[in-house]
Amino acid sequence: MEYFIQQLINGISVGSIYALIALGYTMVYGIIKLINFAHGDVFMVGSFIGLFSARYLASVGLPPVIVLIISLIISMTVSALLGISIERLAYKPLRKASRIAVLITAIGVSFFLEYSGVFVLGPQAKGFPEILNKKQYQLFGSSVQVDSNQIMILVTTVILMIILQYIVHRTKIGKAMRAVSYDMEAARLMGINVDRTISATFAIGSALAAAAGVIFGMTYNSVDPMMGVLPGLKAFVAAVLGGIGSVPGALVGGLLLGTVETEISSLGYSSWRDGVAFAVLILILIFKPSGLFGKNVREKV
Amino acid sequence: MLKVEGINVYYGAIHALKDLSITVNEGEIVTLIGANGAGKSTLLKTLSGLLKPKTGSVEFLDKSITNQSIQSIVKQGLIHCPEGRRVFANMSVEENLELGGYLQDSSSLPADFEKVYTTFPRLLERKKQLAGTLSGGEQQMLAMGRAMMGHPKLLLLDEPSMGLAPLLVQDIFRIIQEVNASGTTVLLVEQNAHQALKIAHRAYVLETGRVVLEGDAKELADSEEIKMAYLGH
Ligand SMILES: Nc1ncnc2c1ncn2[C@@H]1O[C@H](COP(=O)(O)OP(=O)(O)O)[C@@H](O)[C@H]1O
Ligand SMILES: [Mg+2]
Repeated sequence: MEYFIQQLINGISVGSIYALIALGYTMVYGIIKLINFAHGDVFMVGSFIGLFSARYLASVGLPPVIVLIISLIISMTVSALLGISIERLAYKPLRKASRIAVLITAIGVSFFLEYSGVFVLGPQAKGFPEILNKKQYQLFGSSVQVDSNQIMILVTTVILMIILQYIVHRTKIGKAMRAVSYDMEAARLMGINVDRTISATFAIGSALAAAAGVIFGMTYNSVDPMMGVLPGLKAFVAAVLGGIGSVPGALVGGLLLGTVETEISSLGYSSWRDGVAFAVLILILIFKPSGLFGKNVREKV
Repeated sequence: MLKVEGINVYYGAIHALKDLSITVNEGEIVTLIGANGAGKSTLLKTLSGLLKPKTGSVEFLDKSITNQSIQSIVKQGLIHCPEGRRVFANMSVEENLELGGYLQDSSSLPADFEKVYTTFPRLLERKKQLAGTLSGGEQQMLAMGRAMMGHPKLLLLDEPSMGLAPLLVQDIFRIIQEVNASGTTVLLVEQNAHQALKIAHRAYVLETGRVVLEGDAKELADSEEIKMAYLGH
């Protein structure tokens, strides 16, 4: 039992990373019906920006928690701008093009970011600085352990989720985002600036992916230009599992996928770890294509 | 107040509006009637800026809005309440109304809510409810209330009585008259020509993208041509 709980805790940490990335997939899909395949690479860029910021900030002698917070803010801000630029330059000119054209463009943007990364940073993995010293804590006198990194992941994710909920449900731009993703034409008739709303969606999604990138770096201590591919795909599966377009769905989908994956590899099937996500994808597509929280998809006629 | 001159609107190769001209004067209710596919919705979409005419011009309050963005058209008080209600079903009644006032100063919101809730007391009772859970009639009220939140000087209504029970249809037409009496000019698209001609001052009849008849609503209602084609007797 304790072993199971231990794996659950580990799973939630991995799942939080998937969830943060999945939110960007799902929000962008919700608003312009595009699977943004470059999203995993924004996560990678976010991770690198976090790495350079953290290195610099630590070298000037700031305390670890401040280094973490400022690195997160820098990485999220720069990635938000990157997300906005990608949309403006690559997707916006294709607003009226076929979906497949936009999808292919997204794959192109993905390769562009990956190979720009290789070109600028080299293909080798880089060590991510240990921002916070790792400490282990026993939970309630049992043998279940939590380390400081897992606590950091949980705290960061919870804070970001609260901010996201606030933005989406309480602010004007959040309400505009929901309106545009429900019915773009009706939203235009309210006088909502659809282009600006789409930009905001890319900004928020990219910032969350960047946060995931920093957390990922701190957890696995190694980052490279191709690091976005697998987590990106898995987060996509998490978004589909939760019901693409649904914000709570992305969160639950991410956590669920992370936990299932960790439990399965802890049962001795660790070589199946990456296969789990794709088995899950196939199962959902067969049994519940709309996902756990999915609405009936309203296709425009 | 509104002057449309010789507009031609296309959907790709489909020529949906052909050299169409209409005017709406301040304070009027003008109705557009015509069979399905005549181009009524296309005209409203062109007025609100969702579609752009290839040629011709649209003037609102003595200014050309032909090439303006929807936002700036909405800001000037030309508000389009679309066919099929199009409420945001995933949001509450209150949030829908708030979106209707998206371009208004937030300080005017409380008074605007008050006005809409006075016109539609049903919406006040259901303000926390998701719009998707409302009945068809309530959704129509919400769509109209949402449009009122945008401070319309000219309100475009596209088939507000569609699919409603006769009693509700009466309600909706009464409210349109009230809204008009309180100073909003109305351009009303209706399949329900009988009712529309009753409350309107003037009317245009559209057929395949052209105006084929226009005039005083009472006179049109009495004309044999209209009785045969649109009033079913
Ligand atoms: N999105 C569209 N694409 C192509 N043709 C359209 C579109 N919308 C309407 N039409 C065509 O334009 C004509 C006018 O349609 P519409 O304005 O909706 O008529 P109404 O509102 O009077 O029923 C019809 O022939 C219709 O088939
Ligand atoms: Mg119509």
